[in-house]
Amino acid sequence: MPKVVTDVTCPFCGTLCDDLEVTVSDDNKKILSVRNACAIGSEKFNHTSLPGRVTRPRKRQPDGTFKEITYDEAIDWTANMLVKSKKTLMYGWASTSCQAMSVGHEIAEKVGGVVDNCATVCHGSSLIAIQDVGIPSCTLGEVKNRADRVIFWGCNPAHAHPRHMSRYSIFPRGFFTVKGHKGRKIYCVDCRHTDTARVADEFIQIQQGYDYELLDAFRTAARGEALPDTIGGVPKEKVYKIVEDLKAGRFGVIFFGMGLTHTLGRNHNIDEAISFTRDMNDFTKFSIIAMRGHWNVTGSGQVLSWQYGFPYAVDLSRRNKARYQTGETTSVDLLVRNEVEACFNIATDPGAHFPIDAVVSMSKKPTVTVDPHINMSTEISDIHIPVAMVGVETGGCAYRMDNVPIETRKVVDAPDGMLTDVELLTKINERVDQLMGAK
Amino acid sequence: MKTVTLTVKQAPELYLECENITPDTFAGKKADEIAQLPAYQGKEDTTLGEYFTIAGEAGATAAETQIILKGDCSKMKYIGIKMTAGEVIVNSSTDMYTGGWMKGGKLVVKGDVHSFCGLGMEGGEFIIEGNAGNYLGASYRGDWRGMQGGIIRVKGNVGSDICTFMNGGELIVEGNADVHIATHAEGGKIVIKGNVNRRVGGQMVKGEVIVFGKIGLMMPGYKYTKDVDLEVDGTKANFAEYVGDLGERHPKRKGEPVYGKIFLKK
Repeated sequence: MPKVVTDVTCPFCGTLCDDLEVTVSDDNKKILSVRNACAIGSEKFNHTSLPGRVTRPRKRQPDGTFKEITYDEAIDWTANMLVKSKKTLMYGWASTSCQAMSVGHEIAEKVGGVVDNCATVCHGSSLIAIQDVGIPSCTLGEVKNRADRVIFWGCNPAHAHPRHMSRYSIFPRGFFTVKGHKGRKIYCVDCRHTDTARVADEFIQIQQGYDYELLDAFRTAARGEALPDTIGGVPKEKVYKIVEDLKAGRFGVIFFGMGLTHTLGRNHNIDEAISFTRDMNDFTKFSIIAMRGHWNVTGSGQVLSWQYGFPYAVDLSRRNKARYQTGETTSVDLLVRNEVEACFNIATDPGAHFPIDAVVSMSKKPTVTVDPHINMSTEISDIHIPVAMVGVETGGCAYRMDNVPIETRKVVDAPDGMLTDVELLTKINERVDQLMGAK
Repeated sequence: MKTVTLTVKQAPELYLECENITPDTFAGKKADEIAQLPAYQGKEDTTLGEYFTIAGEAGATAAETQIILKGDCSKMKYIGIKMTAGEVIVNSSTDMYTGGWMKGGKLVVKGDVHSFCGLGMEGGEFIIEGNAGNYLGASYRGDWRGMQGGIIRVKGNVGSDICTFMNGGELIVEGNADVHIATHAEGGKIVIKGNVNRRVGGQMVKGEVIVFGKIGLMMPGYKYTKDVDLEVDGTKANFAEYVGDLGERHPKRKGEPVYGKIFLKK
């Protein structure tokens, strides 16, 4: 008889919903239905039983086709590549468990790799700003229970984090927010009228690339100083009115996304947004939260930070010290400048996210991609090693976008003989030990 | 002053970390000892002698040592880092971190420099005859101490984020600059003889930025106060004075707030 697994954590986006109900067949092999998840989340669970799933490693042949090989052969090839290369980019980590990252970092220390996660093309600039000015933040639970002024700046949760608005930021009724949506005032700052803008009380349409100036204007207005007539296409009267509205709130929160982190100025935009949040705490309670994308990209930052002190782009090539410099040890720069000799991708798809120059550079180097799916990175790799899907076929720790750790669960068995990320990395680690011991 | 000449023998496959090419490390060493100094390429430990032919010998102290680099050094990082005295002359372009945390002496690059050069500079003279990349004279990531002293002169253009968290010293750019000049600055002086894209003095607490050309867009937190006559780097001219960033915190001196200043040539 099919059984229902409750309180399942969804391994898709940084919202990390933990109220899913998944029905699985009695032999624990097939997912029959997924409840409570958004369309993207359910699809992630249903992917496990898609026809044509790759269950064994594949190696590229001289004619460009892939041929199935054993896990042992793939592990040996990977370990040899890592030991031989003077500097290896070990990129990804955002869709695997913290336990797997820990093993991966051990390998990186031994082989002198550069560990980077997808913050590098996502919220890395937020992390730089946090290093520069700190961050007054809170958990999503506090937002649900307290926030009555919510700003979405350069993000579109209606599409990217579909259940964010219903679970935390707009619609839920909380302890001090008993009126739910009616008790909150929602602002959306964007250069386009997005679907998130449609549910906002106030939409502030900004010219693209003027976020820094507009945030500076908000700060200037909060201090009661004069402003020019328009700032990035927004009239000064609107700026003064919004600042007064925000000051009148009991608890405000800013959620920001790629519209701030990857437009002109990048980290400076976040820096200014954090400084504005800090300023608003002179008048009321205010917080700011990054809308992290991949479900465990925050976890990768956490694990790297407690192990090496830096949240991404950690260069371990001088094995007695960890170094970090965005612009130098970040994946795209390493690839475009040809500063690495080999690439090891795991649990993220750089082929889909990196600029084309970086992808072309990667395709010319020895590359191994570890991923449950066939994706754009596997297609430019020499070896593709499929693994069990973390959060569906194996458990592990993950961090939500507000830095709250949540344990993911195993709901079904992986296809027979498939390794998990932790098992695979442990075996690569052992093989690296053997090879380095023999040297 | 004694001279050591390093001529590039072979270009590194990746990039070579040359933090030992400074008068301080070379001082008191002969050519064969300098050849044994470590250099790094990824995880590979190598020596300067592998990549350079070394001639001459160093003086007894850093101040008595001159280093001349010949050949293409565009894949060499960290040249002249933390130098306290003496002279380094590079006859080509260099890569990142050239002249980082420099405390004294003179460093001349007769080509372009990449990003993160002159980071947290405390003293000395750094001359770049070509263009400079981003983060010139800025602070290291997360540090609140950018350029603190000394002088950097760039004959060409500079990139973005120059002199972030600047606390002192002087930067003179004879060409143009991109966005984000003197962000978070708490002192120091920047002279730009060309044009600036925009975002000059964002979040600036104290310090001066003098622009001879045009600024694409003034930050909304800046307010025009008066016209002033100034002599800047040998040129006398009339400038419009703006104070700000009014959105940022500002300390008070004798009861009056101290602002950052932008001088724009009229």
